[in-house]
Amino acid sequence: MTSKRKWLSAPYTLWSVVFIIIPLCMIFYYGLTDKTGAFTLENIAAIATAEHAKALRLSILLSLISTLICFLLAYPLAMILANMKVSQHSFIILIFILPMWMNFLLRTLAWQTLLEKSGVINNILTFLHLPNINIINTPYAIILGMVYNFLPFMVLPLYNALSKIDENVINAARDLGADSIHTFFRITLPLSVPGIISGISMVFVPALTTFVISSLLGGSKILLIGNVIDQEFTQASNWHLGSGLSIVLMIFIILNMIASAVFDKEGEGSML
Amino acid sequence: MTRINLKNKMLLGGVMLLAAAGMAGCGSSGGKEGGQVIVYNWGEYIDPETIEMFEEETGIEVVYDEFETNEIMYPKVESGAASYDVVCPSDYMISKMIAGDMLAEINFENIPNAKKNIGAQYFEQAKGFDPENKYSVPYCWGTVGILYNKTMVEEPITSWAQLWDEKYADNILMQDSVRDAFMVAEKLNGFSMNTTDPQELETAKNALIEQKPLVQAYVIDQVRDKMIGGEAAIGVIYSGEAIYTQRENPDLEYVIPEEGTNVWIDSWVILKDAPNKENAEKFIDFMCRGDVAVKNFEYITYSTPNDAARELIEDEAIRNSEIAFPDLSQYNNLETFVYLGEDGDALYNELWKEVKSN
Repeated sequence: MTSKRKWLSAPYTLWSVVFIIIPLCMIFYYGLTDKTGAFTLENIAAIATAEHAKALRLSILLSLISTLICFLLAYPLAMILANMKVSQHSFIILIFILPMWMNFLLRTLAWQTLLEKSGVINNILTFLHLPNINIINTPYAIILGMVYNFLPFMVLPLYNALSKIDENVINAARDLGADSIHTFFRITLPLSVPGIISGISMVFVPALTTFVISSLLGGSKILLIGNVIDQEFTQASNWHLGSGLSIVLMIFIILNMIASAVFDKEGEGSML
Repeated sequence: MTRINLKNKMLLGGVMLLAAAGMAGCGSSGGKEGGQVIVYNWGEYIDPETIEMFEEETGIEVVYDEFETNEIMYPKVESGAASYDVVCPSDYMISKMIAGDMLAEINFENIPNAKKNIGAQYFEQAKGFDPENKYSVPYCWGTVGILYNKTMVEEPITSWAQLWDEKYADNILMQDSVRDAFMVAEKLNGFSMNTTDPQELETAKNALIEQKPLVQAYVIDQVRDKMIGGEAAIGVIYSGEAIYTQRENPDLEYVIPEEGTNVWIDSWVILKDAPNKENAEKFIDFMCRGDVAVKNFEYITYSTPNDAARELIEDEAIRNSEIAFPDLSQYNNLETFVYLGEDGDALYNELWKEVKSN
């Protein structure tokens, strides 16, 4: 029996070795060596140089803001969804997932066209005699792009956690005299923590590592850590430095995963 | 320096698919008798019809692949991950490849059209990166200048300094590549664009940092669409794109700034370990033919060094266009990029990162 199960997992094992383990080893190899192939920690220590540290700080700041905005938008929505009848909520979830079927690059490019100085949004605003918005090529546009792209990743785990809360627990709280505010803060919110943690990491990690959103909506004027790594590979041909910085970024991702593992022991906040 | 046009790219893709289907058909009968030639060229940098013509006339099958920047092309060719015969890099990249012993000497006896049709001045200019004219055959050339929208500027643009004018804040498009961006700042300050002097580079870097708040965006190929759409008043652009943008938006004007600029050449080279050297020579010779070169010129609008082709251009305005065929003797301080060595490249990249993160 066990041997049969092992055999069934072979394709996945092969997949993860070829596409996950080997590339990871290559990143570590490049990250920990210099051009001559000798061992060095310089590529990792390079994160401390002024430009890299600044790019990392900015990335963290922007992704924290985006994660917070996503959370504030998604929580009420997830609560509404969780309280709906099955037939209604599956429709709304479909609406949420539908845009994800379209390529993420195309959607971001669409935002570029929408937000341009003489773009669609500003044309409509001018037509209505309203002041134009000029956020393209600023950090605000990047935050907008992040929130737009990653919002579904926050909604779904939250919805999942909220819909698992036993109605009776809430009823009991009400029975014991708690008003809605108390019920929310002492029952609903604590019980949805696994979903919150999962949602936060699902938004924070991709936002932290993005380079496409920042170069498309930031006009390549704003350098995030993802852009630095991208440039090291494609422009400067310095794979060693690019890999070293990727390792640093991996540390943040691992910290994030540890946090989710601690708070979400039962995997309740998983996507669906 | 990307030349992508989605529609044409799709068309090209279709052509290649057809070619592939054709190949598959021939596969059973042992392939085309002429063998094949593997070409690695810039995206959107050839009229696909000329490839078909070449295949029909010679029976040699063309395997065609495209790259976006010299920097993306180089590691692929260097590692030998894919074997190519003919590549079309730019000036400074050719000198880097010569230094790396990656190129084969070209036997010009097998490429009679090169010396016959390509203007001698272009070979002369190519000596900047290929001192003995042994390794490369010029394919396209041009300048880098300023494209501006006549309806959006108050006075004619003549100088790089106007890219630092606060009047045009948020209306300026800069090139998003190290050497091109630094070239602007270096020419502005009267330096060589091939300088590796740390002090000069420091000055150039500070100029770029000072300019950054005025820049709307750093772009590569989007400069074309943004200028056509009136998104910005002035932008740094390659001369080959200028003709195309003017066709789409007649308000646009191209100028070579008075402080001088970059005159670049993209040339055909044959790789040292090319599997099909003879076919590669036939391919280059074919591309140097006047009637073929003029077809390519009309399709991609990048200036051709091919004198025979220029004579075949029907539209007189284009044949004598100051943009496509400027009289270079009228301008000062024109230069061509040379390879700066590994340390030079690293220094530029470092400073560019400082500009971008500021």
